[in-house]
Amino acid sequence: MNIWDWSYVWEALPYIYRGAIVTVQATLLGFAIALVLGLVFALIRQSPNRYISTAMAEIVEFIRSTPLLLQVFFVYFVGPQFGVVIPAWSAGIGVLGIHYAAYCSECYRGGIENVEGGQWEACTALNLSKSRSWRAIILPQAIPPIVPSLGNYFISMFKDTPILAAIAILEMLQQAKNFGANNYRYIEAITMVGFFYLVFSLVASAIVQTVGFWLNRRYHLQ
Amino acid sequence: MNDQTVRLERITKNYGTVDMPDNLNLDVAAKEKATSEPMVRFENVAKRYGTLTVLDKLNLDIARNEKVSIIGPSGSGKTTVLRMLMTLERINEGVIWVDGEPLTHMQKNGQMVTASDRHLRRVRGKIGMVFQHFNLFPHMTALQNCMEAPVSVLGLSKQEAEARAAELLDMVGLGDKKSHFPIQLSGGQKQRVAIARALAMRPKVMLFDEVTSALDPELVGEVLNVIRKLGAEHNLTMLMVTHQMGFAKEFSDRVCFFYGGKIAEQGPPDQLFSDPQNERTRQFLSAVLEAG
Repeated sequence: MNIWDWSYVWEALPYIYRGAIVTVQATLLGFAIALVLGLVFALIRQSPNRYISTAMAEIVEFIRSTPLLLQVFFVYFVGPQFGVVIPAWSAGIGVLGIHYAAYCSECYRGGIENVEGGQWEACTALNLSKSRSWRAIILPQAIPPIVPSLGNYFISMFKDTPILAAIAILEMLQQAKNFGANNYRYIEAITMVGFFYLVFSLVASAIVQTVGFWLNRRYHLQ
Repeated sequence: MNDQTVRLERITKNYGTVDMPDNLNLDVAAKEKATSEPMVRFENVAKRYGTLTVLDKLNLDIARNEKVSIIGPSGSGKTTVLRMLMTLERINEGVIWVDGEPLTHMQKNGQMVTASDRHLRRVRGKIGMVFQHFNLFPHMTALQNCMEAPVSVLGLSKQEAEARAAELLDMVGLGDKKSHFPIQLSGGQKQRVAIARALAMRPKVMLFDEVTSALDPELVGEVLNVIRKLGAEHNLTMLMVTHQMGFAKEFSDRVCFFYGGKIAEQGPPDQLFSDPQNERTRQFLSAVLEAG
């Protein structure tokens, strides 16, 4: 028996392709949620009302301090006992998004707090409204520098998508595992999946770096 | 009792410890509103951080079109005066009036209460400020820096705002730097953009907070020249905190020397600089003039 058999590669390819589509979709959708929700978390955290900002900080801390898998189980298996039935796909992507939103919000917070206090004072002196100050002055300075760290979370999230297999979503690794189980032959399928993760991560990281560089230049930061 | 006295009594009620100063003749102030009412009035204003009193019962009137310099050692509360007027700091006691209406307070159901954000935004529009560290928006060109607030706050069209911004940048001598970003400008140029940006909002009062302190010595002159020109050509009330004694002497109508959170001495520059009455003023001036 060969260590590596190309016939299994060709045979596994359609399954892994199907799984890869699911994995990439889950990553993109989940990260879109994480980016938007993370910013919302970060802005709520900046609320001048101490109770609101503290509550938000606690929620973020809670999400970050419990495992992603547990959160997925909680929503998918515990929810129905209370009449909250969410389809696996929505539950999986939703939880991924919320989990990483908590991490992203800390990232945003770092970016926001790094903007010089003088910028806020200038906004006040020029009488800009709160929302205009955020949109036109603070966020354009806060976000470009944190693009690399947001990008790290994007890649982390991509590598966390196999967790979706736990609620019966056929993502890439699960497809490979099933293929292996059906054929009593794991090495090709699992290796291919690993190779795909590697390539995707490298490409994503290059894209993130380019975007970060471009944004910093566009906004004349540093 | 007239309305103003009633209002003041209510402020006193809200704040507990406001003393009525003897020299505050409200009847006269009300009658002469149009002509002699001060542009800015600090009335028993106090500012504390925890137990540290930064400003203690400050009473200061600044007339329309008056140029007032504030000098004093660091920690004497002089910058705090400007920051309170710009509403960057909340005050703990007293009332600040701008152009005849309360800035820090407003009337609600016949009561003087702490001003809402909306009230602050309305009254604050009469004040412009230039900062020691410029605080330009780094992601916008000089022109965009001057257009942002006129468009988003005053509701000017892009064309109107651009014309106004261009005119002001010309005035501060930066007509050729309109599309430069702050990072591409020298300190003196940045500060002149900051002056143009503040003026684009058409304020009645301009505050200058140590605007030359962060500049290389050879760039101080160009900024002071702009301020000189402003004072000569426009009806602006100006209040500046400065370490440039020569400029304060030449430019201002009145100089206030702050010490320990109080105005230790004030008067016309000629008198204050050449014949200071207060021992603290004498010490400060001799120390500063020796160094400078």
